[in-house]
Amino acid sequence: MRRLSALAGACLLAAAPLHAQTIEDQVTTYQLDNGMDVVVIEDHRAPAVVHMVWYRAGSADEQPGVSGVAHFLEHLLFKGTEKLAPGEFSETVKANGGTDNAFTSFDYTAYFQRIAADRLGLMMEMEADRMKNIQLDREDILTERDVIIEERNQRVENDPGALFREQRMAAQYLNHPYGTPIIGWRHEMVNLDLEDALAYYERFYSPNNAVLVVAGDVQPDEVLALAQEHYGPIPRNAELPERVRPSEPPQMAERRISFEDPRVAQPYVMRTYLAPERDPGDQRKAAALTLLAEVLGGSQTSVLPQVLQFDENRSVYAGAFYSGLSLDDTTFGIVNVPAQGVTLEEAEADMDRVVADFIETGVNPAQLERIKFQLRASQVYELDSSNSLARRYGAALTSGLTVDDVHEWPEILQSITPEEIIAAAQEVFDRDNAVTGFLRGAEEVTQ
Amino acid sequence: MTLMTRVFTALSLAVLFATPLRAEIDITEVESPGGVNAWLVEEHSIPFVALELRFKGGASLDQAGKRGATNLMVALLEEGAAELDSRAFAEQAEALAASFDFDISDDAVSISARFLTENQDEALALLRDALTQPRFDQDAIDRVRAQIVSGIRSDQQDPDFLVGQAFDEMVFGDHPYGSPIEGTEESVTGLTRDDLVTAHAGALARDRVYVGAAGAISPEKLAQVLDKLLEGLPAEGLPQAADIDVETAAGVTVVPFDVPQSVAIFGHEGLARDDPDFFAAYVLNEILGGGGFDARLMEEVREKRGLTYGVYSYLVPKDHAALYLGRVSSANDRIAEAIQVIRDEWTKMAENGVTAEELESAKTYLTGAYPLRFDGNGRIANILVGMQMDDLPVDYVNTRNAKVEAITLEDIQRVAARLLQPDALRFVVVGQPEGLES
Repeated sequence: MRRLSALAGACLLAAAPLHAQTIEDQVTTYQLDNGMDVVVIEDHRAPAVVHMVWYRAGSADEQPGVSGVAHFLEHLLFKGTEKLAPGEFSETVKANGGTDNAFTSFDYTAYFQRIAADRLGLMMEMEADRMKNIQLDREDILTERDVIIEERNQRVENDPGALFREQRMAAQYLNHPYGTPIIGWRHEMVNLDLEDALAYYERFYSPNNAVLVVAGDVQPDEVLALAQEHYGPIPRNAELPERVRPSEPPQMAERRISFEDPRVAQPYVMRTYLAPERDPGDQRKAAALTLLAEVLGGSQTSVLPQVLQFDENRSVYAGAFYSGLSLDDTTFGIVNVPAQGVTLEEAEADMDRVVADFIETGVNPAQLERIKFQLRASQVYELDSSNSLARRYGAALTSGLTVDDVHEWPEILQSITPEEIIAAAQEVFDRDNAVTGFLRGAEEVTQ
Repeated sequence: MTLMTRVFTALSLAVLFATPLRAEIDITEVESPGGVNAWLVEEHSIPFVALELRFKGGASLDQAGKRGATNLMVALLEEGAAELDSRAFAEQAEALAASFDFDISDDAVSISARFLTENQDEALALLRDALTQPRFDQDAIDRVRAQIVSGIRSDQQDPDFLVGQAFDEMVFGDHPYGSPIEGTEESVTGLTRDDLVTAHAGALARDRVYVGAAGAISPEKLAQVLDKLLEGLPAEGLPQAADIDVETAAGVTVVPFDVPQSVAIFGHEGLARDDPDFFAAYVLNEILGGGGFDARLMEEVREKRGLTYGVYSYLVPKDHAALYLGRVSSANDRIAEAIQVIRDEWTKMAENGVTAEELESAKTYLTGAYPLRFDGNGRIANILVGMQMDDLPVDYVNTRNAKVEAITLEDIQRVAARLLQPDALRFVVVGQPEGLES
């Protein structure tokens, strides 16, 4: 048995792109004495570097009642420290020919700069400074709160699709904080204050809750020396809370929502199912779900579009989606955008029929081989962007995974069998775990 | 500013000028036996190639009454070619793990291809079929057309789209720049297969193609594949669209739409890419409304007043007209104030220009950030094509920073007075803005 699978692996490898260097060759990891993780990704093609600090703290780590505070704090980290005036951080990056920004998600908050490789020490000095030393006055807070409310207006309030997503997510999670939007509920955002932001900052911003990712034209030992110099002196936070969020109870009833908005010109139906995520040392089920999403709806030749868009002309678009990168339970989704004359009720029935037929028929082996070859090729293509590689490691390490998990993932994907994909489908498509959402205009004409 | 940062800044200036950009970007000019020119950056460390093709003309080649024809044609290039129908074509691209993105703008049709070195001949043969022998099967036309019509309907409910459409219509009227490249539901519905065949022959011709490549391919190999790739395309396509003057009057145009946040585009005439003042204008824009948090518009509208999440300005040198535009969005009860602040900043810079410190800071940023653009094969191939279309010399990457450095405060003051026209600054606002009327 063991020999057989090794042989199968050899066949796969032979079909893989030749001479491809692998990402493992370029990655070096360390941990500082204060608990800060360090990942270095070498890419010597251009004299540039991306420097990122990721905190294992996102919106899902907020206390109840202050939704949006993780993202609010992210904005406030540009407002100055004891050493830097408000705005001076970004001005200094710019004055050195770099760009900087930050982003917040459910499971992480990250800050980054792209800059000439010889400025790495300066970036670390400033980033280490604002890990502990931000200084905020009340006026800055109020102005920046207006900014995030305008950000919410722009991203959410002006877009019925985004409002629909918020409602679906809130229905999906009965107890877990993924049901609360990252940017926050508006009625709580308008009351966020200095104390809320500082409480979150003091709780979560420390080296033993952070991951440093440096990618570009650097030598690992030099990065380590710089990291020890700048981040090393920051003491660990002995009181860092264990990362446990409220978890989902058994979900026992499908939720159905209907969202109407006069700004919706193209109605659609979307259903998400609660689904397992990638766990450290345990990624097989997530890998099967990843391939399931590809087989069902990952491209033009996948099952849902082939039947509904190409064969039957009953859909404008049909697809499936899943991302296993998540600290806690994630979702698997299917979507159907019906052609003119097809109602949402019919569109839902169409999508269910295609999925049921698929489970009955099984995976097309030729399709699965194309998908696996594309996944192998993506290991070549991804080497072209050290920025997206840096993001991958940062996101994985703040979502509960290890560097080994990241490196094992491509091989796990290659080893998934058609039977595992079907078994994953049978398990995940449980309507008791699902939210079915209709998005439609106010006056949809039923034909 | 603290002592610490001042020291850093001085240090950085010294190092920046030493950045060895020349060594990093080595462009080879390639000419195929058949006379197709291409620029190549050879990079063999990763076994794939990014190839960028651009055909000058794009959606502005649409003929009267056929708005949307070039867009629909481009969308159908990946929907079946030569012996392969839509599905077989997609399967073949997947089996090769090659990706072909077909895109369109007012002024160009763009093809961004990415393929593995190990199967590059098969990938290029497939791309050749898509470019030179698209099938335009009726079932594919109907399916893709339905998707485009669905998109057009959604666009008409999207304030970000509506504001661009209203501004373009106001400035360009009946010129192709004056309407969305997708066309209207009516114009797209009326398009026939013959219209697509005509659009194909008119837009994808050898007299207007530009090629950039980056990755694991030799100049000899590239020269050899180019002729095959473009063989069968007509030597000449449709004549380019006419140039059009940009005339605007100061004021506000409100397009009522029921959203909580108003979205605005503002602007007036800009400068052509080959204008001798373009570089100075580019530096000036960086200071007024470029990407940074310290740009004046961002500082005044967002950082000081919290009126928006983002406000930007940008030069838009199109092939047949030049615009200087900006964008902002604010809640309906705050947009009037944002607009007033922007107007004031426009006037202030037109009258007083910029400070020496601002100019130095912009130059340091622009020269330092330039090498960061060459970030991967796809981006490099893109830049190579853009340079050729802008008629820049092959050594531009090595002279560009010196051109930025050469801009003086006097240049900026002169260009500020020329470029910034408070009397022509027009705002188009989509939303329910309070205190603003057309």
